[in-house]
Amino acid sequence: MELNKYQQEAFNYQRPNIEKFGKRNMLWVIFFLLWILVGGYALYLQIAKGHVVTGMRDNVVWGLFIVNFIFFIGLSYAGAIIAGLLHLFKVPWGKPIVRLAQMMTMISVIVGPIFILLCVGRFDRLHHLFMYPRIQSPLTWDVIAVLTFFVGSALFLYMSLVKDFAVYRDAKLNVPRWRQKLYKFMAIGYRGTASQKRHLIISQNLLAIIMIPLSIIVSSILSWIFGMTLRPGWHSTIFGPYFVLGALYSGCGVLIVAMWVYRKMYKLENYFTNKHFTNLGYGMMVLAAAYGYFTFSEYFTDWFGSAKWDSEVINKLFNPAEYGWWSLFANFVGILIPIFIVAIPKTRKPGWITLAAFFMVIALWVKRYLIIVPTLETPALPMQETRIEYVKYSATWPEWALTFAGIATFFLFFTVMSKFVTVVPVSGLEEPEHQHNHHHEHLPATNENVQPA
Amino acid sequence: MKQEEINEKGRRDFIKTAAIATIATAACGSLACSCSSKNEVAATGQKIKLLSPDGEIVEIDSAYLNHHENMAVLSQHEQRLGIAGKKFIMVVDLARCKNARKCITACQKHHYRPEETEWLTVKLMKDSDKAAPYWFPKQCFHCDNPPCVKVCPVDATFKRQDGLVLIDNDRCIGCKFCMAACPYSTRVFNWDEPDMPFNIKNMAYSAETGVPAKVGTVEKCDFCPDRSREGLLPPCVEACPNGVFYFGDENEDTVTNGEETVSFTQLIKDRAGYRFLEELGTKPRVYYLPPKDRQFPVERGYDDLPDKLKERFKDIMEPVTKKS
Repeated sequence: MELNKYQQEAFNYQRPNIEKFGKRNMLWVIFFLLWILVGGYALYLQIAKGHVVTGMRDNVVWGLFIVNFIFFIGLSYAGAIIAGLLHLFKVPWGKPIVRLAQMMTMISVIVGPIFILLCVGRFDRLHHLFMYPRIQSPLTWDVIAVLTFFVGSALFLYMSLVKDFAVYRDAKLNVPRWRQKLYKFMAIGYRGTASQKRHLIISQNLLAIIMIPLSIIVSSILSWIFGMTLRPGWHSTIFGPYFVLGALYSGCGVLIVAMWVYRKMYKLENYFTNKHFTNLGYGMMVLAAAYGYFTFSEYFTDWFGSAKWDSEVINKLFNPAEYGWWSLFANFVGILIPIFIVAIPKTRKPGWITLAAFFMVIALWVKRYLIIVPTLETPALPMQETRIEYVKYSATWPEWALTFAGIATFFLFFTVMSKFVTVVPVSGLEEPEHQHNHHHEHLPATNENVQPA
Repeated sequence: MKQEEINEKGRRDFIKTAAIATIATAACGSLACSCSSKNEVAATGQKIKLLSPDGEIVEIDSAYLNHHENMAVLSQHEQRLGIAGKKFIMVVDLARCKNARKCITACQKHHYRPEETEWLTVKLMKDSDKAAPYWFPKQCFHCDNPPCVKVCPVDATFKRQDGLVLIDNDRCIGCKFCMAACPYSTRVFNWDEPDMPFNIKNMAYSAETGVPAKVGTVEKCDFCPDRSREGLLPPCVEACPNGVFYFGDENEDTVTNGEETVSFTQLIKDRAGYRFLEELGTKPRVYYLPPKDRQFPVERGYDDLPDKLKERFKDIMEPVTKKS
């Protein structure tokens, strides 16, 4: 594999990251594994004692698990759309972050579905989904969608890795033999011949073309699990696009945060430049506005129409004694603040944008909770229930433990993957045009200059 | 011609039933034999005639017989098909309900469900501020356009030709999508291992009775087709002291509450019968008669309740009792 000077530089710079694991990373891995262990114990309890250990009951039949499912699977769809668009439109500055977006896609499409499995009362009967599938059920659609998407995103990630694997193979990295062998195997004999180049680029283009609409479809199908029921707050015609936007928006946020973490961790300021933060920040701002618009349309029509059942949910969402403060947090931190942070030139800086993105991601998680739980707490018939846990949902420690185990798994995969492949793709990298403006500190932040932190 | 066909069908059904009965008797007989050798029960001298598997009539001492609950003799396929020619329907007379809760306990007894699990429940409804409260018994509506069946990913809940919506809890994966989809909060989930007698727990499962319940699966009111097959009314209908529930067959246009048997269409016409939340388009098979000319004041169903149950209706009842 031949690399040009800039690409070679990028590889040499990142080479130690994949050659050595590092003590600090080892500690992180142990920390994440501990969390996963706690989650494992919670899972054991849930299987041994039944779902009675969760806070879910007959009215609120779904809780944290489905919230996490929507959250992670949303990240996955967003990563695919972002990577697909950057690839397809040959966005010059997009090259260094495509890998990160694809990693997010792959990792969350593994973590997300674990959570919907946790919702299922009978683990031992999961094969029924394939033995007795009913194609009328939105859940069957989702099984098909997620499996298709899983295969698609794995291929999409792999296709963009083939060239890099060839680089790692030829570089004779100082890594154990099995890893050298693995790189060789994964490179599938790629030498960079004209025919290989052509085939690879066609496959990548095709996958990008497939993945973008596929993400939109599967994201909508996810929303239809809720939209197809007759419940207030769910039964809405805008739910499909609303979920697509929510996914894209939160995914954009996680990408910004991941960029910031890796930039700090591996000192990648030359590759994850301020321009990347600004550009993704602009994307985040536009998505925030769009998401805000959808949220407003959703609440406003329900509130104005004021049908009895719809109003009950709206009242719960805006009553300070119920979910009022959470709604305020979700819409204020989740929509308004990111818009202002990016809009004001003074705060349009990597640190600020990352901070806004970080809290926005949390707010969007809360938003998913607000989509699921209040609706389930509002049945058509009065509950008139003596058991308080059947009236109001409150997540139990096993649910939280499993939630954090899921987040730990997400981080663990990121840590391990960044030790196996370079976070910034090497082979496809292009030299930015204005590399030489290093010292022009007075230029506005929007310029493509590189500012080491 | 048509009559002949029906007769022919009836004859076949009879043969089928007889065959099943014979096999069942045979099974009981062999059980009786195996048990008697172990337990050494003293003979009572009272002989009972039984049909052996070989078609011979044998006499066995009554002491050697074990009595068993009705076993599931229907095949999975038959349970899913339903009873041919029937269209079960129910009418609930709201003017007669005083929340005696006899229907609830009868239902729980029949299905071996604990006190907290109410497949059939009685709500206290108050439609608006000025409206008068009334008791509202609610079981599964066995909708003709059932939102729960639509969403089931594994065909564990299904609609039968006799109108019933049942659950096969051997197949249910416990995703709870049906519970989220049902607008009437009809379905209940077994959050932990159901507590039931040992012999019931080991029975063969029947979707027609929902017994035995299984952890991690969904269950609900089934209109007791096992009772209909025996020509009996569901326990809730039988247990009601006030004849609130009329159960019957839409094809025959007849419903009965055990005391009186009336024409379904006539009853709905005379008493302005309606279906709950008609606007949802689920087409329930349960009709309600509005609580006009009530037989009991609404307090009758509240005052005698234990405190735990009073708690449920406090918000609505307290202003009412204060006034009177």
